[in-house]
Amino acid sequence: MQFMLLFSRQGKLRLQKWYVPLSDKEKKKITRELVQTVLARKPKMCSFLEWRDLKIVYKRYASLYFCCAIEDQDNELITLEIIHRYVELLDKYFGSVCELDIIFNFEKAYFILDEFLLGGEVQETSKKNVLKAIEQADLLQEPRHEFFNVPVY
Amino acid sequence: MPAVSKGDGMRGLAVFISDIRNCKSKEAEIKRINKELANIRSKFKGDKALDGYSKKKYVCKLLFIFLLGHDIDFGHMEAVNLLSSNRYTEKQIGYLFISVLVNSNSELIRLINNAIKNDLASRNPTFMGLALHCIANVGSREMAEAFAGEIPKILVAGDTMDSVKQSAALCLLRLYRTSPDLVPMGDWTSRVVHLLNDQHLGVVTAATSLITTLAQKNPEEFKTSVSLAVSRLSRIVTSASTDLQDYTYYFVPAPWLSVKLLRLLQCYPPPDPAVRGRLTECLETILNKAQEPPKSKKVQHSNAKNAVLFEAISLIIHHDSEPNLLVRACNQLGQFLQHRETNLRYLALESMCTLASSEFSHEAVKTHIETVINALKTERDVSVRQRAVDLLYAMCDRSNAQQIVAEMLSYLETADYSIREEIVLKVAILAEKYAVDYTWYVDTILNLIRIAGDYVSEEVWYRVIQIVINRDDVQGYAAKTVFEALQAPACHENLVKVGGYILGEFGNLIAGDPRSSPLIQFNLLHSKFHLCSVPTRALLLSTYIKFVNLFPEVKTTIQDVLRSDSQLKNADVELQQRAVEYLRLSTVASTDILATVLEEMPPFPERESSILAKLKKKKGPSTVTDLEEAKRERSADVNGGPEPAPASAASTPSPSADLLGLGAAPPAPAGPPPSSGGLLVDVFSDSPSAVAPLAPGSEDNFARFVCKNNGVLFENQLLQIGLKSEFRQNLGRMFIFYGNKTSTQFLNFTPTLICSDDLQTNLSLQTKPVDPTVDGGAQVQQVVNIECVSDFTEAPVLNIQFRYGGTFQNVSVKLPITLNKFFQPTEMASQDFFQRWKQLSSPQQEVQNIFKAKHPMDTEVTKAKIIGFGSALLEDVDPNPANFVGAGIIHTRTTQIGCLLRLEPNLQAQVRLLEERASYARAVFWLWCGMGPKWGRLRSSERCVPLCNLRCPADT
Repeated sequence: MQFMLLFSRQGKLRLQKWYVPLSDKEKKKITRELVQTVLARKPKMCSFLEWRDLKIVYKRYASLYFCCAIEDQDNELITLEIIHRYVELLDKYFGSVCELDIIFNFEKAYFILDEFLLGGEVQETSKKNVLKAIEQADLLQEPRHEFFNVPVY
Repeated sequence: MPAVSKGDGMRGLAVFISDIRNCKSKEAEIKRINKELANIRSKFKGDKALDGYSKKKYVCKLLFIFLLGHDIDFGHMEAVNLLSSNRYTEKQIGYLFISVLVNSNSELIRLINNAIKNDLASRNPTFMGLALHCIANVGSREMAEAFAGEIPKILVAGDTMDSVKQSAALCLLRLYRTSPDLVPMGDWTSRVVHLLNDQHLGVVTAATSLITTLAQKNPEEFKTSVSLAVSRLSRIVTSASTDLQDYTYYFVPAPWLSVKLLRLLQCYPPPDPAVRGRLTECLETILNKAQEPPKSKKVQHSNAKNAVLFEAISLIIHHDSEPNLLVRACNQLGQFLQHRETNLRYLALESMCTLASSEFSHEAVKTHIETVINALKTERDVSVRQRAVDLLYAMCDRSNAQQIVAEMLSYLETADYSIREEIVLKVAILAEKYAVDYTWYVDTILNLIRIAGDYVSEEVWYRVIQIVINRDDVQGYAAKTVFEALQAPACHENLVKVGGYILGEFGNLIAGDPRSSPLIQFNLLHSKFHLCSVPTRALLLSTYIKFVNLFPEVKTTIQDVLRSDSQLKNADVELQQRAVEYLRLSTVASTDILATVLEEMPPFPERESSILAKLKKKKGPSTVTDLEEAKRERSADVNGGPEPAPASAASTPSPSADLLGLGAAPPAPAGPPPSSGGLLVDVFSDSPSAVAPLAPGSEDNFARFVCKNNGVLFENQLLQIGLKSEFRQNLGRMFIFYGNKTSTQFLNFTPTLICSDDLQTNLSLQTKPVDPTVDGGAQVQQVVNIECVSDFTEAPVLNIQFRYGGTFQNVSVKLPITLNKFFQPTEMASQDFFQRWKQLSSPQQEVQNIFKAKHPMDTEVTKAKIIGFGSALLEDVDPNPANFVGAGIIHTRTTQIGCLLRLEPNLQAQVRLLEERASYARAVFWLWCGMGPKWGRLRSSERCVPLCNLRCPADT
């Protein structure tokens, strides 16, 4: 996989993960183009499209579009299920995940993704194992509440 | 579970994010962000040391701002500080920031690498995991340099935790992708292969990805993975859906791993019989399961199951060896063609495209033609229709070409604008490729122009003209058809171009019919003139002057048109010039001269269809042409023998020209007859095994190397060949550098040295094969060890074959290994020189040549050339100071040949007398050949008659 983008129906980018080295400018250009292309498609259309020399696999969950760019040799259907498994992981972790969870806990969304996919390849497909890794990390952190001693800004 | 309870809610961050979300405008957002940036900056710069938590919070805010799309130019150092924190969440945020905002500051990189090193050595699996994730996310060269040696050790160490192994495998994969040269192969590779047997399916999943990528580049090293992968796959596909517990996904056992294993097997040819039987069973099981009723109604179940099925089909197609499996695959895809899921229809069309190129399944694919045509008409999604077009193109052969072309043409009437141009190209290619009857071809192209004129690129209409010109059996028909098409009140400008050109060349063939008399033809064309753009008008003016030649009866009409103010005073300089010149030409030139100037166009030389080139460019090199190539290989079986070569247009004079006798020019005498087959088959006629004829310019380049050893030998748009060579006595070594000038890999790159039998006995060349893959922009080197056994005259030929994108490339150049390379200069005094000179006076030992210098003579250049040639330059030897004298010994394994040389320039006449005497005449002859091209053109195919080709006034 070359990259994964999450964006809202309004075209706001919620998560971006790049597995190939690209400049910030290129990333922005690709994002703009793809968001436009995908949002323009009608609901019943197929989940795959050719774009430049890549294959785009996307799926919409509620207000969020999950969009992956894979190479010519890669398997479209399994990529569709990568997206679904990631959604399940988010759902399980946040408990009925919604767009707001991903906005406010974006760092968690990245951590979960890193446990699931690494370098653009599936690292661990077991839901239990991925969540175990994340929850272990949550346990490691010390209870600490900033409003006791730190100003807000 | 409310989100905030998860992890440590950073309240400040949450507040900031909701502030941003509440911003009503972009300006308000930017204002809020700038305020935050100022705040963070002051905190970072402040006197009070920040605690880890605050640092983490601010770094996280910066990250959020960056991900919103704003630039961040500070905070890296604070993030790096977080890396060395002992608190997991702080470390985690630090790593996240570093991974997202990669920075190339070298001091920073050193600090980051240090922190990573510490975490890798910590033996704390969560810390190791974070460090490995960071390396995998950044994947820079610097990181590869620092860690590519370390990670394989972590990966195969016995005590590494499973989760760390998984991260290490994919981390290494990422580094290998960015910097393959920095990842050393070694003992670890065999242990990695055995990870395919690991108990932990997560480890197997990660390892399979790594092995697949490594095996693509090092197939030999990883070939034991084949049997391991097959047995793993076999265990998965035969397991019950609950056996694999959490690795079962919607009742499908380990779909991700299955897909990866099938992918790995596609790096290799079909395995040995024992393993092959087991693999075939697996594939059959997968195909069987597709027929079973679904275990769940959820789309995830069918997607996962079909993902494995499609990957299995890819493997079956890749092996292309089991007719039974191929046909089953094709039938399965045929079912999907009518599935209610759009995704499956799309994938079935896509997958069938590759099946169409297998000789076992081509016929089976063809049976679905009606379904595919139906898809073209009824699919609502343009990307699916696009796949249908691709499949029709792939399944097209002689038997169904007329139907497919007709369907594509009718689809073109309503096709989406985005894919029209591509369809036009495809129709044009198919029509040309499968034309049995060229009238059909002409009709098809004219239809293309009628239906989608705007999308018919220059390549397409150039091509139809090339074909009509090269095939005299279709010229009359073409003239008649364009004439009729031009009758339409509104016709596309491209039609005017084609019509103008064809009538200008072949209008005479229909001029006998009173309905298309010369005057009617002219009036028809001229009625379109004013509606056309400048380039088309220019073309029409050329047609008019050709008419003046073809039809003397309309000469005055045309002269009147040319003479009109709108032509002679046209604002466009090109049109004005043509009008003036053509008018003048028609007035002053005699009929004979006119006929010579406006002679019928000679046949076009053979070359690859520019349309095909354009389609390749449009579709990316790999997609289109693989099919083409596969088809080409197959064509002998499926299409019943290679395409018949059309009669050479040049060798038979156009019969119609004589018949009409309207003062038409005689057929072009100059056109070189196509050597093998006609133009129409040229696209498909390059056979991979044949050696290409020498590249144009190769001779000249070769000649330049007679007197030098280093430089660029050959260059085209794809490839550059450079040479560096050194010679001592009878030995030499040549470094050949092959540079890939494109950004695409060359595959199957095979340079071969070819020596004739004669040459082989006299010249020994030894070299090793080079890597068959040359990456885009990369250069590979080949060393040739050379020994001169005995004197020789020919030069070896270097033939290079490779695949670029999907096209087969074949280049031959003469390799400049010439006898004079084994020349050792010899100094000798004047007396000695002339004494020997006289001894070598028998006719066999001497050769003498007089030739005209091509360039003004420059003493220094001439001296440099003689030295470059290999002989010593002997100064003050010849009594005439203007003469040049050289001497040397040619070393071969068997003998040594002494050579003397004298060059006597005659500056006035610019004629040089080159005399050369050698110990025996064979060498003499050769030296002439080698020397000749430097100063004049001197070549001969016969031995010992070096003077026969010399054309020079002084000689006669």
